[in-house]
Amino acid sequence: MLRVAKSGFFTSIQDKGRFGYRNMGVPVSGAMDQHAASLANALLENSEDDAVMEITMSGPILEFFNSTYITITGANLSPSLNGEEIEMHSVHKVLEGDKLTFGSHIDGLRGYLGVKGGLLTDCILNSRSFYKPVTPSARLNDGVEIPYQEVSSFEPKITHITTENIDKVSLLKVSRGPEYDILSEKEQTDLFGKPFTIAKENNRMAYQLEQILDTHTHSMLTSATIPGTVQITPAGKIIILMRDGQTTGGYPRILQLSDEAINVLAQKTFGDEISFQLS
Amino acid sequence: MNSYPIHSKPFGEHAILIEWPNEIERAILDDILIFIEHLKSTRLKESSWEMVPAYNSLALINRKQKINHASLSKELISWYKERSEVAKKPSYLWKLPVCYDLEFGIDLEEVAKIKGKTIEQIVTLHTSSSYTVFGIGFLPGFMYLGGLPKDLETPRKAVPRLHVEKGGVGLAGKQTGIYPQDSPGGWNIIGNCPVPIFDTSKENPCFVNVGDSIQFYSITKAQYDLHIIQAEVGLDLIKKITINA
Repeated sequence: MLRVAKSGFFTSIQDKGRFGYRNMGVPVSGAMDQHAASLANALLENSEDDAVMEITMSGPILEFFNSTYITITGANLSPSLNGEEIEMHSVHKVLEGDKLTFGSHIDGLRGYLGVKGGLLTDCILNSRSFYKPVTPSARLNDGVEIPYQEVSSFEPKITHITTENIDKVSLLKVSRGPEYDILSEKEQTDLFGKPFTIAKENNRMAYQLEQILDTHTHSMLTSATIPGTVQITPAGKIIILMRDGQTTGGYPRILQLSDEAINVLAQKTFGDEISFQLS
Repeated sequence: MNSYPIHSKPFGEHAILIEWPNEIERAILDDILIFIEHLKSTRLKESSWEMVPAYNSLALINRKQKINHASLSKELISWYKERSEVAKKPSYLWKLPVCYDLEFGIDLEEVAKIKGKTIEQIVTLHTSSSYTVFGIGFLPGFMYLGGLPKDLETPRKAVPRLHVEKGGVGLAGKQTGIYPQDSPGGWNIIGNCPVPIFDTSKENPCFVNVGDSIQFYSITKAQYDLHIIQAEVGLDLIKKITINA
């Protein structure tokens, strides 16, 4: 068991997501940066379906009641164990009474805490991923306790890996969306010719961009949307749906992000620049 | 059984979108549902594929594998020809209670004024039609209902509310629907349905499927309170009628 003494800006439990309920309107959810979350599970030799803690921008204060092994991947939020800074992408042993805290936000946006054997919050509709109203809360609240299995000895095959600077990549690989053809030639050029800025409105459901395209009057019947769907509103606003995004929508879907591009975007925040590249 | 000129479009690395003619039509929706049943029973494993129908389209989404669009697109066209009406699952007409008391129908007076009708006439119109579920999305359990009488078409509210109560029954443009959870929303709220549409404690969290129909009936505040208690203890007293079995 670990106790969330303070939860931080927005901290939740996520896994690979919830499959099989989209036809009831339930989004897939899951870790925003699946690559970083998988890396945490891989280092701990967990199952790829194990749940991790997703930590956004400012970290929680966590108290461990049982010994285990942990690792932190994704955004660097300056983790410390009992006051001493610890390395990212490394496996660390944790003992009963240990305290994990976070400091300044160095890079990226979302960090992932993996725990040996996974975090064991309730599995609802085949997933532990937080998404309200499927789970009672969208985020961890102060004082919540999270179960995990006690592990006293584990010899990881790999104890540390080096990764590329998370902020270096800003190119999002995309393919044409179902309504790509409604864009004028000029819009198509604009879309790939210049960078876009992430707007203040960005969260687990969707990212909006600051720059707008031309207004349009294209009306379509509501149809399926998936994580990474890039929509354009009649006012020309660009909305990129993310893991908690709605399962259907009525705005034209002009582009679709690759798996990798969704992970890249998940590490971006207000004011960051991205650009699209057709692949 | 009608056949339609369907076509498919790539939809990212894991999905493909199949489109029927751009019309809101019961026959098109039925054809999509027949094709889904055919795919599920003979061609695509449900453990690997999610199928999302809505109005005139069907998205097939693979859980893990990347799709070869060129070959799948060809296969889908030939699989479409194999489908048979036998595969069609029965659809149901669900009779759902709505309390149109002004306590819940916070925009009812406004809607009556806009439409130049009495509140009773609005309620009678709303309960006299049955509505087809053309899609479920936006929120878990949110149904896109078609078939609203023209006399009830009401523009969305100019300023959306930050909070609409769970169960809120609304009107917006050509649509009517139920808010399955507390949520922000711009629809005109004319009543509240005490039956939970989406409930994760149930093995099947959403009893309604695309292709089903919904008809509302008016209940008093006292009946509403009783329904709430029944829902709390898990009593399932929704009226269900099998249609086009």
